[in-house]
Amino acid sequence: MSGGVDSAVAAARIAEAGHDVTGVHLALSANPQSYRTGARGCCTIEDSRDARRAADVIGIPFYVWDMAERFHRDVVEDFVSEYAAGRTPNPCLRCNEKIKFEAVLDRALALGFDAVATGHHARIADGVLSRSPDAGKDQSYVLGVLTREQLKHAIFPLGDSTKAEVREEAARRGLMVADKPDSHDICFIADGDTRGFLADRLGAAEGPIVDESGEVVGSHEGAYGFTVGQRKGLRIDRPAPDGRPRYVLSIEPVSNTVTVGPRSSLEVTSIVASRPVWNGPVDAPVEPLSCTVQLRAHGEVYGCRARLSGEEVHITLDAPAAGVAAGQAAVLYLGDTVIGSATIASAS
Amino acid sequence: MQSAYLDHAATTPMLPEAIEAMTAHLGRVGNASSLHAAGRRTRQVVEESRESIADALGARPSEVVFTSGGTEADNLAIKGLYWARRAAGATRILISAVEHHAALDPAHWLGDRQGATVELLDVDESGRVHPQTLREAVERDPDSVALVSVMWANNEVGTVQPVRVLAAIARDHGIPFHTDAVQAIGQLPVDFADSGADALTLSGHKVGGPMGVGALLLARGVDPVPVLHGGGQERDVRSGTLDAPSVAGLAVAVQTAVARQAETAARLSGLRDELIRRVRQAVPDVILNGDPENRLPGNAHFSFPGCEGDALLMLLDAKGVECSTGSACSAGVAQPSHVLLAMGADGVRARGSLRFSLGHTSTEADVDRVADVIGLVVERARRAGLS
Repeated sequence: MSGGVDSAVAAARIAEAGHDVTGVHLALSANPQSYRTGARGCCTIEDSRDARRAADVIGIPFYVWDMAERFHRDVVEDFVSEYAAGRTPNPCLRCNEKIKFEAVLDRALALGFDAVATGHHARIADGVLSRSPDAGKDQSYVLGVLTREQLKHAIFPLGDSTKAEVREEAARRGLMVADKPDSHDICFIADGDTRGFLADRLGAAEGPIVDESGEVVGSHEGAYGFTVGQRKGLRIDRPAPDGRPRYVLSIEPVSNTVTVGPRSSLEVTSIVASRPVWNGPVDAPVEPLSCTVQLRAHGEVYGCRARLSGEEVHITLDAPAAGVAAGQAAVLYLGDTVIGSATIASAS
Repeated sequence: MQSAYLDHAATTPMLPEAIEAMTAHLGRVGNASSLHAAGRRTRQVVEESRESIADALGARPSEVVFTSGGTEADNLAIKGLYWARRAAGATRILISAVEHHAALDPAHWLGDRQGATVELLDVDESGRVHPQTLREAVERDPDSVALVSVMWANNEVGTVQPVRVLAAIARDHGIPFHTDAVQAIGQLPVDFADSGADALTLSGHKVGGPMGVGALLLARGVDPVPVLHGGGQERDVRSGTLDAPSVAGLAVAVQTAVARQAETAARLSGLRDELIRRVRQAVPDVILNGDPENRLPGNAHFSFPGCEGDALLMLLDAKGVECSTGSACSAGVAQPSHVLLAMGADGVRARGSLRFSLGHTSTEADVDRVADVIGLVVERARRAGLS
């Protein structure tokens, strides 16, 4: 229970359904003040109190579990090292994979609980994950990395509801968090300045910005500060010959080089992804499977063919996609149903 | 499900006599400082309560300063005595390493913000302050010591301190001695005059009185600088309109608890020893923390190797056993107990600890409940491990 409206209503619903429910708030920072305060709902004393108050209103026991060390190691450090390696991680997805449905789930099972319920907006039926009816709030993408075993012990009580319905229900139930703002951005970056956060940890490392021909067109203070597809903040003095905007095409951490080019060069149709997880109702596709793929949170959905080859998934898009960043998850769907995922390694 | 309430050291149910005394006054008007008839009537209640508490605890009525509770009394003693003595150049605060946060934190605040030098008095592995430890600390430079504060009995592990001997050491050098006796009253014989202490903290809700009221016993001639300024209602060292109904409830609770102390102690230590025996039977590698003999009659404090105290607490709560990890919280996250760490326990042992504290409503059925579930609970908590 983060202290936000979703987990509060989720807890209320399963308690009402007759389950023996215990509320758990995760303390994710050894120093709660160091993480985002107020609106963002996962790390502050105020959030912890809001969660406790919600649990009291619902009438369930409530405990704070200290996951600060695990969170720091598996989410924060991973976030930094992924950027350092030229990739673009999704820490929320990582938190679901490593904290909520690994560290918390393992502990819960050992203590005699059967499942972990969260306030995620996604459906789960017989261990199969699918999209929320609220397209704008759907979180199936950040849950798409969970294994079948993890999903077997997951309950998403908000699966059939829209956010508006959840807020209304919270108000009806007398939960004070009903109109608390939604959380955004990365909870462990207090001021929202990701580049500054990374610079503090990785240090400044000046390097070249080059175009596709290899010509140096500018410089940067650390390749880790960039994401494929990024247009703003490149600080290139010379305009492109054709006067068109330039985008980050690739990040090369070893030579600390950022390559930029026109939007057309960003477009890819072929993606190789590693660390595959098959968690849906179909087997791993050894023959190309027609399905759809989502390549970033709240991103567009592309028709594709996906095929498992060894430990890699090869995805061929029906239409070109732009800004496909290594490190993000490629989550595969059949209709609204998640069938699997893998981490994007390269795209062309 | 009838739960087994074994957290009397956190708060104990109000005694029926105290409820009666308190509620009798709730509907009556009158400020004890007013001069008219209603004021006099209320003052009568307050002063009789004062006399009753003084009588029960070996103090004079003028030595009883009512406060909002134990925390305020500790703050008044430690900050007030420090401020009073600082002018003469006495800036060292000698305080045991195992004090309650209500005493430790004011001392550390004085150290951080008010120029005090805080010296923690070491304890042995049972949590006891040795007289020699205090003697050496004082004798390094007696004139620079502002005050000494050592609790009568520890709230976590129950160890009883040699308060009389420690107070005598301070007295030899003219240093004020404060003791937090919140846990001791009603469980151990407490006599303020005989103890030799200059200031003694007590709290209402730990002895069967109401929450939100307590007192500092202050020997004559000991004048701390006030923490709360205002009307000076209490001997000019504590301001605020007295809560007469609560004061009345406090007085009856103290009087009753002290009158029954010997009987309570005998009964509780019997139950407590049985609890320890049966926990050991169910969990052979359990460690009993604190002094095995010289401890509060209602206190049993254990470390369960390989367990997280929080997990034990949660599982026991689900089985209707209410106890405590006895450690402080920040944002609800349990920190390893400073008491156990001071006793030389490692972080893992400190984190896997639980306090069961018995009180006037405890019965054999409570002990049975713990004995029935502790084995299973520990097994589960071990499986969950130390995350």
